[in-house]
Amino acid sequence: MEYREICEMTALQLGQAIREKKTTSTEAVSAVLAAIEEKEPQTHAYITICREEAFAKASEVDAALAAGDEGLLASPLAGVPIAIKDNICTKDIKTSCASKILGDFAPFYDATVIEKLEKAGAVMIGKTNMDEFAMGSTTETSAYGPTLNPWDAGRVPGGSSGGSAAAVGARAAVCALGSDTGGSIRQPAAYCGVTGFKPTYGTVSRYGLIAYASSLDQIGPIAKDVKDCAALMDIISGHDEMDGTSLPQEMQPAGYLNAMNGKITGMRIGIPKEAVEKGLEPDVKKAILDMGRTLQNLGAEVEEISLPFLDYVIPTYYIIAAAEASSNLSRFDGVRYGFRAEGYEDLTEMYSKTRSQGFGEEVKKRILLGTFVLSSGYYDAYYKKALQVKAIIKQEFDKIFSRFDAILLPAAPSTAPKLGESLADSLKMYLSDIFTVSVNIAGLPGLSVPSGFDREGMPVGTQIIGPALGDVNVLNIGYAFQQATDWHKASPSACAAAAEKEVR
Amino acid sequence: MAWEVVIGLEVHVELNTKTKIFCSCTTEFGGAPNTHCCPICTGQPGTLPKLNRKVLESAVMTGIALNCDITRYNKFDRKNYFYPDLPKAYQISQLYRPFARNGRVDITTRSGKKKSIGIHEIHMEEDAGKLVHSPFGDVTYPDWNRCGVPLLEIVSEPDFRSAEEVIAYLEKLKSTLQYLGVSDCKMEEGSMRADVNLSVREVGAPEFGTRTEMKNINSFKSIERAIAFESQRQIDCLEFGEEIVQETRRWDENRGKTYSMRSKENAQDYRYFPEPDIPPISISEEMIRTLTEAQPEMAEAKKARYMKDYGMSEKNAGILTGNKHFAQIFEETIALGADVTETTNWLMGHTLYLMGEKGVEADDLSIQPTVFAKFEDLIVSGRLNRTMGKEVFEKVFEGDPDFDVEGYIKENNLEAISDDSQVGAVVKEVLDAYMDLVADYKAGDEKLYGFFIGQCMMKLKGKASPALVNRLVKEEIERR
Repeated sequence: MEYREICEMTALQLGQAIREKKTTSTEAVSAVLAAIEEKEPQTHAYITICREEAFAKASEVDAALAAGDEGLLASPLAGVPIAIKDNICTKDIKTSCASKILGDFAPFYDATVIEKLEKAGAVMIGKTNMDEFAMGSTTETSAYGPTLNPWDAGRVPGGSSGGSAAAVGARAAVCALGSDTGGSIRQPAAYCGVTGFKPTYGTVSRYGLIAYASSLDQIGPIAKDVKDCAALMDIISGHDEMDGTSLPQEMQPAGYLNAMNGKITGMRIGIPKEAVEKGLEPDVKKAILDMGRTLQNLGAEVEEISLPFLDYVIPTYYIIAAAEASSNLSRFDGVRYGFRAEGYEDLTEMYSKTRSQGFGEEVKKRILLGTFVLSSGYYDAYYKKALQVKAIIKQEFDKIFSRFDAILLPAAPSTAPKLGESLADSLKMYLSDIFTVSVNIAGLPGLSVPSGFDREGMPVGTQIIGPALGDVNVLNIGYAFQQATDWHKASPSACAAAAEKEVR
Repeated sequence: MAWEVVIGLEVHVELNTKTKIFCSCTTEFGGAPNTHCCPICTGQPGTLPKLNRKVLESAVMTGIALNCDITRYNKFDRKNYFYPDLPKAYQISQLYRPFARNGRVDITTRSGKKKSIGIHEIHMEEDAGKLVHSPFGDVTYPDWNRCGVPLLEIVSEPDFRSAEEVIAYLEKLKSTLQYLGVSDCKMEEGSMRADVNLSVREVGAPEFGTRTEMKNINSFKSIERAIAFESQRQIDCLEFGEEIVQETRRWDENRGKTYSMRSKENAQDYRYFPEPDIPPISISEEMIRTLTEAQPEMAEAKKARYMKDYGMSEKNAGILTGNKHFAQIFEETIALGADVTETTNWLMGHTLYLMGEKGVEADDLSIQPTVFAKFEDLIVSGRLNRTMGKEVFEKVFEGDPDFDVEGYIKENNLEAISDDSQVGAVVKEVLDAYMDLVADYKAGDEKLYGFFIGQCMMKLKGKASPALVNRLVKEEIERR
C-alpha cells in the first residue's frame, strides 16, 4: 500500500486493513515514519521518534496476528501506530514535558494508558511536542521550539497538546493521545481540524501523566474522527488501582465504540446565548449555529440556554491550576533527575539556579502565581474562594444537565492565531480559554469536532459537552454530526489536492 | 517569684504497617540505602499516592484508644517545602481535617500524681527520607528508604506542668500504642519522636508565656534534661528582664544545652492546600464500631485482671503489664502450663536482675515462652535445683528458640541428684569425717548444722535438692 493511502486512513480502517492482511503493522509504521519525514520540517510535531521500538512492537504484533492471537484479533486498533504527548511517562523513553528541566529524563515505568495501549497491540510511534508542562494554548512555550499548524505554517496549532493535534492534522500520525487541563485537547484539535475528546475526570487513569493541575488533568484521544476516539476510549479508560481519583469500575462508562449508532432523536441540546454573544469571530459563530441546525435536522431538540457563570471561569481556573502546579512542579529541583544548574555554592542556590534556568517563562509565571495564591494570608481570598466558585459552577452545570443531554460551545473564540501573537498578550491568551476551562472545573466530558472553516481556510471546531459520565452520549452526538457532515474528512493535503484539481 | 512551666507535646509515631502509606514498599527499618523505595515514594514524575487502608485502620484504632472524636469526613493536605530528603517537595499530611480530635490520656506520675492530659488532634502523614553526609568530602547522599513510612502526629494540649508528667504521658502513649500493636515506639530507631513546646509564666498568671519548640529529642532521659535546661533558661531570661523569643531550639545532648535554630520571623510558609490526588475518605460508623470492639486489653485492665485472677501484688502486676512484650512473655508461658507464681518469680527476680546487668530493655527481651516453660518444669519437678537454675536461666534469657534446656543440663552434668542412696552416701561420708563436730552439735552447738549441709552440697557440686540434703543430714545425725 502506498504510504499516503495508509496515512489518510482512520485508525479503525487501518486496524481492519491490518487484521484483513491488506497491510501489516510494520508497513503502517513505515508509512507513518515516511509521513513524519515528509511533514516534520514544516510542522515539528514530535520531540522523540521511536523508530526502533515501533518496528519491534509492530513485528511482534504482526507475528501474533499471523499466529492467530485471539486477543489481538479482537482488538480494533492492534498494529495501529499512535503518537503520545510527551507528558505521558514511557519506560526508558525520554519524557520531557517539553521542558529543559527534565533534560533527557527517561521514566522507570510506563503510564497506565501506555500499558493498556501496549496490551491492545497499538504501536507507539513517537512523543509529541507540547507547551512546557502543558502550560499554554499554542505549543509555543515548548523548550524544543513551537509546533506549526499543518494548515498554515504561519499559525500556531493550539495547545498544549499541539504536537498531537498537528501530527494527526498533518496525517503524520494515525491517532494520538493528549492531555486536557483547561482545553489542551479540544482547542488544538479545533485549530488543526481534528477530533479531540476530554473524558469525564476519573475515567482515564492519570498514573504516569506528569501532573500540571491534578484535579483538572485528564488524558484523552485526538484522532481523525469520533469513532477513532471511541475506540481509543475503550482501550485507555477504566478503573486503575494506581490512581486514587480513578472512578470505581462499576461507575465507569464502557462499550464506547459499540454505542456509536448516530441516533440522537429527541435528545435535548442547549446552545448558551453567552457563547454566541461573547466576541466570537463570525465564522466561529456561524459554525456553532450551523451545527445546532444540523443536529436539529437529525432529530435533536435544540434550545438557547444561559451559562451565567461564564465570567468567573477564567479566574477560577487559573487560580486552581496555578496553585496545584506550583506544588506539582516543586519536585523538579535538580536533586534526582533531569537538569541541574552548574556553579552553586549551597543547596538554596542549587535549587534557585536549577529552577530559574530549567523552567521557561510561562511556567515560572504560573508557579509564582500559584505560590502567591497559596501563601498564608492569601489562601482564603484566592484559593479557598476559587474552590467555592468551582463548587457553584458544578451545581450550575448539574442544573443545566437535569434538563439537557448536552450543550454546544465553541472550542475557542477564534481560529488558530498567528505565531507569536498570543505570547505577546498572555492575558488575551488566558481569556481565549473561556469556552474550554469550565469543562475541567466541573470534571465533565467535552468533545471537539471539526465544524467548518473560516474565510481564510482555517478549521473551526465546536464542542459537545455532557454531564459527568455522559461520555458515550457526547461521543454519539459527535458521531451523528460526523455522519451528516464532511468537515472531519478534510486534511491539508487532501484540500491542497482538491484545490489543485480545481485550478486545472 | 514563683514560676510555672507549661508544656505541650507533638509526638511523631511511626506506624508498623508492613507497607508504606502511599505505595507497597516495605517499612522495615534499616536496609541498604535506597533499597526500600519505588517510583511512588521517591516522587518520580507522574506517580500518584494510593492510601494504604491499614494505615487508616491503625490511625483510627489509636484515635479510639486515646478517647478522641473521630472525623467522619477526612482529607489529606499538602505541606510544601524544599528539602532533598523530601522527594516531592511536599509532605502529604492533614491540616484542615485531622482524623482525630479532642482526646484524653490519663496518667499517673512516678510520685503517684494522677492527671488527665488533653489530646488536641492526631493526624496521619508520611515520613521523609534522611540525608547522609559523606565523611570523605563535601557530599551529601539522600537515602529514601524512610520516605512514605506512615506517621501519626499526636498533638497534646499544653497541659503538662513538669517533666515528670511529660515522661508519664510518653510512657503511657508508648504502652497504649504497643498494646494496640500499631507501633514499636522505639525512640532509638526513631519510630517515636517528640517535639517539646515549652513556656514559663508566673504562678497564677492567666496567659501563657512565649514558647519555644525543641525538636526531635530522642530519649526519655534527654527529654527530661532538655525540659530542665530550657525551663531554667527561660526563667533566668525573665528574671533578668529579657524577653523570650518564639523560636525553634535544638537540644545538644553532649553539651546539655539548647541552641536557637530559627525564629518565627524566618518561619516557613508551608502553603498548605487540599491534596488533589487523594479523594476525601469517609470513616463509617461501622468501621468505628468494629475497631472499638477490636481494642485489645490495655495495661490497666490487664493489671487489674492479674491482681484479681492470680492474686498478684499491685507492684508485680504493674511491672509485668507495664510493657506489652513483658506481659506477653508471662501470658504465653503460663498458657503452656507453667505455674503462675513460679513464672512471676523468675520474671520479677532474675529476669529484672539480668536486664539491669546487661542493659536490655523490656521491648528487646527475647525469652522464648516454650523454653521458659520447659525450664520451669525442670525446676518444679526437682530435676534442676534453684541454685543451678539461676545459672541455666542465663541461657534461657539469651533467648535462643532452639535452646534445649534438658539436653543442656544433661550434657553439662547439672541435673539434680535426687537419688536418696547417692545423697545418703555423701552425707555419711561427711559426717564420718567430722565425727567430733557431730558430737559438738549434739552437745548443743547448733551453728554446726549449716556447716554439715554446706559440706554435703560442696561434695554434691550443688546438684542435689537442698530439701533432700536437709532431710538426710537430719536423719543421719539422729541415727548417731
